[in-house]
Amino acid sequence: MPDGATPFVLDVKDLKTVFRTRGGEVHAVNDVSFTLKPGELLGVVGESGSGKSVTMMSLIRLLPMPPAEIRGGQVMFEGEDLARVPEDAMRAIRGARIGMVFQDPMTSLNPVFSVGYQIMEPLRRHMGMSKRAAALRAVELMELVGINDAKRRLDDYPHQFSGGMRQRVMIAIALACDPKVLIADEPTTALDVTIQAQILELIKDLRQKLGMAIVWITHDLGVIAGIADRVMVMYGGQVVEQAPVRELFANPQHPYTRMLLETVPRITGERSEKLRVIQGQPPILSKAPESCAFRARCPQAFDRCAAQNPARYDVGADHDAACFWDFKTGAARDV
Amino acid sequence: MSDTKGARKKLVEVKNLKMHFPIRTGLLRRVTGAVKAVDDVSFDIFEGETLGLVGESGCGKSTCGRAVLRLYEPTAGSIILDGEEIAHAPFDTLRRLRPKMQMVFQDPQASLNPRMTVASIIGEPLSEHSKMSSKDRLARIYELMDAVGLNRDFANRYPHEFSGGQRQRIGIARALALNPKFIVCDEPIAALDVSIQAQVVNLLEDLQDRLGLTYLFISHDLSMVRHIADRVVVMYLGKVAEIGPRDGLYDDPLHPYTRALLSAVPEPDPASHDTANRTILQGDVPSPANPPKGCNFSTRCPVAMPICHQVDPTMREVKPGRVVACHLYTETTNETAVHAAEPAGA
Repeated sequence: MPDGATPFVLDVKDLKTVFRTRGGEVHAVNDVSFTLKPGELLGVVGESGSGKSVTMMSLIRLLPMPPAEIRGGQVMFEGEDLARVPEDAMRAIRGARIGMVFQDPMTSLNPVFSVGYQIMEPLRRHMGMSKRAAALRAVELMELVGINDAKRRLDDYPHQFSGGMRQRVMIAIALACDPKVLIADEPTTALDVTIQAQILELIKDLRQKLGMAIVWITHDLGVIAGIADRVMVMYGGQVVEQAPVRELFANPQHPYTRMLLETVPRITGERSEKLRVIQGQPPILSKAPESCAFRARCPQAFDRCAAQNPARYDVGADHDAACFWDFKTGAARDV
Repeated sequence: MSDTKGARKKLVEVKNLKMHFPIRTGLLRRVTGAVKAVDDVSFDIFEGETLGLVGESGCGKSTCGRAVLRLYEPTAGSIILDGEEIAHAPFDTLRRLRPKMQMVFQDPQASLNPRMTVASIIGEPLSEHSKMSSKDRLARIYELMDAVGLNRDFANRYPHEFSGGQRQRIGIARALALNPKFIVCDEPIAALDVSIQAQVVNLLEDLQDRLGLTYLFISHDLSMVRHIADRVVVMYLGKVAEIGPRDGLYDDPLHPYTRALLSAVPEPDPASHDTANRTILQGDVPSPANPPKGCNFSTRCPVAMPICHQVDPTMREVKPGRVVACHLYTETTNETAVHAAEPAGA
């Protein structure tokens, strides 16, 4: 469906990003494909180095190039291929039709500009609003994200806000131009659990009000379970499994997902005496994968895993897993 | 795990510990206030157990852990380690006691000297506190590397050549070098990935079983604390909110803060999110330089009563082993208040 009538707001195909460093190449993103439906919240889970952030930063081209290089792939957004549009067109999309929220609300806000100025900036730049109109809209946005006494706080500086409040400001900035897609990169990781709970409630509420599609990057399976519609699990720069959230947690089909779900201790229910461990270390991505990246840590691995990199096989309704082992039949996949 | 109930020996006794940091302002740097990072905290740690210390950032849990090892000069209070008072002990006494108490730090990157090899990092406490020959020392270093699962061949490598999980193993080996009795683990897994966290936690548990160690395990990860701790202390804004045995505290939290904290933890199970009866706390943690009058938690407490804004609740044992600082459990407040605090529908 390369024509304009796609049912997806975002359609990414075979995205490939490589970092060229002095120590050689790092293949951070290897043929990642995924789609995002309007209004959907896609959770992206993975450990550090799994390529989840680099994938999202590649598609909005927010990576330093060089050393980063997008080697291939297609990113269809509103009929345009973002991998190919010129930089000034990209600038008009970033922060306007695609909003971003980053992990650390302290370093992503500019300490020398007032919060109001920073919320007004995208409004004036992308929407061409006058200062007065932008200020009015900024107050509206601050109220929307739950900042009390918004009018007075417009002139406050980031250091006058707490961590949770700063993250609300970041969300207000990201929402300023009414984006189609919001990319949230570990937005609650730096926050305390009680503040994280507040932000998660806010996001649920905003989704109902505004209906934008969200890509939510996190390493926290608990957060994903509560907020996502669909989940994509990444490992070694590849998508290893993708499924609707309930299906993924109830019926994981990739050994990595299965083990990941078993290693995390829970706060209720049965308490295990020993934690299940995934032995070994994450892979070093010095070349494009020729075999399964999880092979060395996988209890299911057999000879084929060393010879070939598994494709993403359909294992259920809207559910795929990149593994040669079929857990449903308990045997190697016949493909 | 190490349930030797009956005659359990207290290895560490902390009484009324206060750690205030002065705030200096003006040209003359006069002391104009204090950040009450730890304010009147008391707890005991029994030999061979793991005491979990949980709370949000800024609640004073790390300061508390450091003060217990006398890495700070406590403002007031007493700390008894293995029968000896260390809160105000002179330097010589402390130095003699140091081998008994060690620490594992949060950030394995920052707590290992990048210019020292693994062998010299692990061997440093040995050369400082023992009179081992260099041959014996190397033998001990190898023994420690084996114990924490590091390859002996890497003894002459530098910290940057290791991954986060392996670096944390180096930090653990260093803490074990002098056969300590008591180890403060300050967020030892916070900087690690999920799959590596389990490896390090299992290692800590194995070592405890093998060497009879006692841990103070400081963490903000409530599910990991449930896994590793025997008893749990919950701190809020420099004070202890609740102390209890693990299962009792997680199954039936008494303090409203503990309840809110536990209900805020997202479970990795989509179905649990539908039925969850969450208490979402409003607002932020107040500043420890200017804590609220009365109970510290009164500004965010969903069941605060008038008395909570006036009087600071004291710690009291309301059930065997369950200590809580909350007016809901004092005899002056009536039964209905306790019921009002029970989560609806429970």
